[in-house]
Amino acid sequence: MNSSTKALLIRLAPQLAALAVVLLLNFTMFPQFFHIEVQNGRLYGSLIDVLNRGAPVALLSIGMTLVIATKGIDLSVGAVIAICGAVAAASTVSGNSLALTLAWAIGVGLACGLWNGFLVAVLDIQPIIATLVLMVAGRGIAQLITEGAIMTFNDEGLIFFGSGSFLGLPMPVVIWLLVALAVLFVVRRTALGMLVEAIGINRRASTLSGIQTPVLLIAAYVLSGLCAAIAGIIVAADIKGADANNAGLWLELDAILAVVVGGNSLLGGRFSIVGSLIGAMVIQAVNTGILLSGFPPEFNLVIKAVIVIAILVIQSPAVQSAASFLSRRRADAQGARKEQVQ
Amino acid sequence: MNSKYLPLLATIVIFILAYAVCAVQYPSMLSTRVVGNLLTDNAFLGIAAVGMTFVILSGGIDLSIGSVIAFTGVFLAVLLRDTSIHPLLAFVIVLIITTAFGAGMGAIIHFLKMPAFIVTLAGMFLARGIAFVLSIDSIPIEHPFYSQLSDLYFLLPGGGRLTLIGAVMLVVFAAGILLAHRTRFGANVYALGGGEHTAQLMGVPVSRTIILIYALSGFLAGLSGIVFSLYTSAGYSLATVGVELDAIAAVVIGGTLLTGGAGFVGGTLIGILIQGLIQTYITFDGTLSSWWTKILIGFLLFAFILLQKGLLVLSRFNRRYA
Repeated sequence: MNSSTKALLIRLAPQLAALAVVLLLNFTMFPQFFHIEVQNGRLYGSLIDVLNRGAPVALLSIGMTLVIATKGIDLSVGAVIAICGAVAAASTVSGNSLALTLAWAIGVGLACGLWNGFLVAVLDIQPIIATLVLMVAGRGIAQLITEGAIMTFNDEGLIFFGSGSFLGLPMPVVIWLLVALAVLFVVRRTALGMLVEAIGINRRASTLSGIQTPVLLIAAYVLSGLCAAIAGIIVAADIKGADANNAGLWLELDAILAVVVGGNSLLGGRFSIVGSLIGAMVIQAVNTGILLSGFPPEFNLVIKAVIVIAILVIQSPAVQSAASFLSRRRADAQGARKEQVQ
Repeated sequence: MNSKYLPLLATIVIFILAYAVCAVQYPSMLSTRVVGNLLTDNAFLGIAAVGMTFVILSGGIDLSIGSVIAFTGVFLAVLLRDTSIHPLLAFVIVLIITTAFGAGMGAIIHFLKMPAFIVTLAGMFLARGIAFVLSIDSIPIEHPFYSQLSDLYFLLPGGGRLTLIGAVMLVVFAAGILLAHRTRFGANVYALGGGEHTAQLMGVPVSRTIILIYALSGFLAGLSGIVFSLYTSAGYSLATVGVELDAIAAVVIGGTLLTGGAGFVGGTLIGILIQGLIQTYITFDGTLSSWWTKILIGFLLFAFILLQKGLLVLSRFNRRYA
C-alpha cells in the first residue's frame, strides 16, 4: 500500500468506522441487510437500495463540499432540484427530444449556479444570504414552470435515469459514481483542489498570491448547480413527474450534513469529497435502517439532530483544543516519567 | 442625511408606494378590515421576526424558529388534550421550554465556538423531530378558554377588527423597539454585531449577551407558536415550515444589515407588512397564483441586499475622500 492511500485511509477512518457501525446496526436488526441478489440482470438488496436512494444527497454533497471548502455554503440546491426537475418535465411534455431536455435542465442548473457565484464572487455578498435569495424564490419559479400542479411524463428515455440500470447497477448509482470520479479527477489531478482550499483558508491572501479567486468561486457554485441539476433529473425521473413543492425539500440540509459527517470543516479549507460521499451513505443508511427497523419514521429527525450535535461537539474548536491540550499533557507526563527512569 | 436611515427609508417608501398602487386598483384595500386582517394574519410571523431581528443585529442567525413554532403548537395541543391544566399554565410551561432551548443553543454557539448557522440548523432538526415524536397528526384544540381568546377583539372605526393576536404583535414590536434602542442589553447587541472582539474590549459581557439573545429568540418563537395555535386552533408538526426564511426576509427588507450591527426593529414590522401586502394583493387579484409571493419576496430580498451593498461601498468611498 503506498503512503498516499494509507494517509487517505487514516483521514477517513472515523467516517468509515461510522459507516461500518451503522451498517452493522442495520444488520443486527435486519439479518437480510447484506443479502444481494441478481434479478432481471440487475442487483437487488438493501445495500444497493442505500446506494440508490442516497444518490441525490451524494450528488449534492459533491458540489457542496467544494463550495464549503471555499468557506461558503449553498442553500439553494434544494430549490434548484425543484427548478431543474420542473424544466426537464416541461421540456419532455412539450415534445422535445431527450438530448434537448437534458441540455435544458442542466443548462438551467448551470445558470442557477452562475447566479449564486456572481452574487458571492462579484457582488461580494455573504454566501448564506446570496444563496438564500434563490432558495426563497426558486420554489416559486419551479411552480411557475409546472403551473402549480405535479407535472407527469411518460418518456422512457428520461425515466431511465431514475429507474433504469447499467451493468447491473441502478442508473442513479452509476451517475453519482461517474460524477464523483470526474470531479475527483479534476480537483486532485490538477492544482484546482489545492487552490480552492487556499481560497477557503484565506481569500485575500490567495488573491494577492495570484489565484483567480472570483473565477474559482464562481466555478464552485456552478459545479454545485450542475450537481443539483443532475440530482433534479434523477428525482423527477424516479417519480415520473416534477413536484415543485416537495422535490428536493430539505435536501440542502442533508447535503450540508453529509459534508459535515464527512469530516469537512464548515469554516472552509481542506476538503475530502470521498469523505462527504461516505457521509451521504451514512445518512442514507440511517434513514434506511430506521425504515427497516419498523421504528416510527417520526424519530428520523431526532436521531439526525442527535448525530449532528454529537459531530459538532467533536469538531468544535473548543473541544479540539481541549483534546490536544490533554494529549499534550499526557505526552509530557510520559516524557517526564521516562526521564525519571533514566 | 445619515446613510444609516436610508435602507429603512427605502422600505417605508416602497411600502407606501405599494399600498398606494393596491389602493388605486382596489379602493377597498384602504378599509380598516383589510388592515386588521393584515395584522392578524401576520401576527405569528411578526413576533418571531422580532427575535430574528435581535439575532441578526448581533451578527448571528436562528434557523430553528419555524420548528420551534410547530413544536409549541403540538406541545400545547397534546398538553391540553391529555391533561386538564389551564391553558395559561401551559403557556408558561411551553415558554420556559422554548426559552431554555434558545439559551442552550446560544451557550453551544458561544462556548463551543461553532457557527450559529449550523447549531441552529441542528436545533431546527431537533425541535421538528420532537414535534413529530409528540404527534404526527393535526390535533385540534377545543378548550373554551381558547375560543374566548380568539373572540377577543377591539373594534376599529370602519368595521375592522384588531384581534388579540394582532395586538400582541404590536405590543411585542413596541417592547422590541424599546429593548433595542433604550436599554443596555440593546446597546450590547449592536456592539456585538459590530464585532465580537471589539465588543469584548469595550466591556460588553459577551457570553451573557449571546446566550440572552438566543434565549430571547427562543422565547419569542414560543410566543409566536402560542399565537399561531390561537390563530389555527390546532397543533400540527408539519406547520410553519420555512417560516425562518420569511422572518429573515422581513428583517432584511426592513433595513437590517445582515452582517449585523445596524438596523431597526421597527423596520422589521414594515418588512412583515410588505410581505402581507403582497399576499393580500394576490388574494384581491384572484388570477395571480400564490407562488408569485415567493418570487416577489425573493426579488425584494435581492434588491435590498444590493441596496445595502451599494450603501456600504458609498460610505467607504465617502470616508476615503471626506
